[in-house]
Amino acid sequence: MAAPATDRRAQQDAHPSGDERFALLDKALKRARFEQDQLVELLHTAQEVFGHLSDDVLIYLARQLRLPPSRVLGVASFYHLFTFEPPGDHICTVCMGTACYVKGAEDVVRETSEAFDVPAGETTDDGRLTLWTARCVGSCGLAPVVVFDGTVLAKQTPQDLIAHVRELLAAEDAAAEEEAG
Amino acid sequence: MSEPISVLTQRYDVPDAHTLAGYERTGGYQSLATAFDQAPTDLVSQVKDAGLRGRGGAGFPTGVKWGFTPRGTGKPTYLVINADEGEPGTFKDRELMERDPHQLLEGIIVSCYALESERAFLYLRGEYLWPGVRLEHAIAEAYEAGYLGKDIKGSGVNVDVTLHYAAGAYICGEETALLDSLEGRRGQPRLRPPFPAQAGVYGMPTQVNNVETIANVPHIVQHGVDWYRSMGTEKSPGPKLFCVSGEVNRPGNYEWPMGATAREIVEVSCQGMLDGRELRFWTPGGSSTPLLTGAHADTPMDFEAIMEAGSLLGTAAMQMFSDRTSVVEAARNWTKFYEHESCGKCTPCREGTFWLSQIYDRLLEGRGRSEDLDLLDEICDNIFGRSFCALGDGAVSPIKSSLALFRDEYEHLIAHGRLPDGIEAHTDAVDRNSGHGRPEQLVGA
Repeated sequence: MAAPATDRRAQQDAHPSGDERFALLDKALKRARFEQDQLVELLHTAQEVFGHLSDDVLIYLARQLRLPPSRVLGVASFYHLFTFEPPGDHICTVCMGTACYVKGAEDVVRETSEAFDVPAGETTDDGRLTLWTARCVGSCGLAPVVVFDGTVLAKQTPQDLIAHVRELLAAEDAAAEEEAG
Repeated sequence: MSEPISVLTQRYDVPDAHTLAGYERTGGYQSLATAFDQAPTDLVSQVKDAGLRGRGGAGFPTGVKWGFTPRGTGKPTYLVINADEGEPGTFKDRELMERDPHQLLEGIIVSCYALESERAFLYLRGEYLWPGVRLEHAIAEAYEAGYLGKDIKGSGVNVDVTLHYAAGAYICGEETALLDSLEGRRGQPRLRPPFPAQAGVYGMPTQVNNVETIANVPHIVQHGVDWYRSMGTEKSPGPKLFCVSGEVNRPGNYEWPMGATAREIVEVSCQGMLDGRELRFWTPGGSSTPLLTGAHADTPMDFEAIMEAGSLLGTAAMQMFSDRTSVVEAARNWTKFYEHESCGKCTPCREGTFWLSQIYDRLLEGRGRSEDLDLLDEICDNIFGRSFCALGDGAVSPIKSSLALFRDEYEHLIAHGRLPDGIEAHTDAVDRNSGHGRPEQLVGA
């Protein structure tokens, strides 16, 4: 990296919980040479490993990078991709950009929200589905667009999306039942 | 009459163009030898003579911008590629990176050489997962084959590329906010001067260029200034990616020379408006450019002509809306975007976008007041030119222009508490026309 490589590797204590996921974060910290300017990358890693950014993880990162916790939380809360609540098993993000909007994205959100009894921005009570909205995912030629578990679904009507989610959940139920019995 | 062309998009239909083998087979990386034979400053002059203008929205001449980079200071110079494409309606860079990532890398190598820079940072929008997969693969292949790293193909030129995933903030497309974000901070714009060319990433001389801009560079070097100027207009030469979305039959990215008209692009490439509807309003360059109407459909799409028509070419993101669609509802949608994306640094933008958004909610819920239109105007005037960066100016563009062009729809809303007959908040027609040619398609895993 460009910044002078001051050695911050004077080892900090490992996380007291012994949670193995912290070992993954430690590896990323080492790769980043504990450089403070790698904070955004490390937050990405932490969220990938833990699913969301808990206070515990943020404080741990602050300690390892020798940054004030306010700085770490300040950066994490600035960017929309970082989340502080654990999301559900599946994440469904409906694009509300203008091209999607004029082609009915609002209906997609409303009807999906009703079908699975989950307000936009939240997770179902059983923790299986999170419904989010995005401001524009940059696939305007495929409007209305939904990003489901990282995969772009093109030209979605509410019926398309609801059927897709129901099918997926039903398949999971069937698999679980088979395993159980 | 203009015709569609195929320069930046020439490999979009080659299925393996994203791999090194596919790219080399179709003539890739051939500009490197030509470039390395010349002095770096000669390349800068060439880009200046070609008249390449920044494709990220501002349209500033790239060669002139490159000329601001100090040389021989003993400090490292950095090239930063702005791939934080986040404006509603803009998706040209995404497809370019997905389909032809090596073209961008070739541009980066040539540009770094011209700028005497040995490191490029690629600041990629965090949501762009698939372009990221393709770029990571392409960068690894390029290192393996010796196109990146130390002593590229025995030329003595060194270029390293670092891919940085952004984390979701529209403001980071603003170049100084991008630099702060790249350094691991909240992405908020910096005060200029110093300009990035003098003090950018880590305080070093830095060039920030758009993806499409850099992708143009190898073509200029390889085919020359005259060839490049044979496309487009005198002041806006070259090929341009137009990303068309909204109520057209085949939305997608289409490459035309600068100066093609919206009518040509929509008729020829998009096969017309959806269901033969009438074009009512459109953005020539994304949501931060003032709206134009159907009467402007024959304006040449270049920086000068669009400015003369009262708007900006921006990123050439054409969002087309028909006579069935409410302009007030569209303006509310854009305003919600800017409200959400305002970074909070300066008061006019942070507070103003919230007030504007409240007024739009009021109007569209039938609670509009007679003084609301003057209030909208006044708030816009207090944001435009008074906010810290261009985000505030962009936020008021659709509002001011829609008020000027479609005041009757606003007045109808206030008088009757609902939209005029025949105009809807949004259309429910989802086209499933696959068509031929190259409308936007999913790039599968």
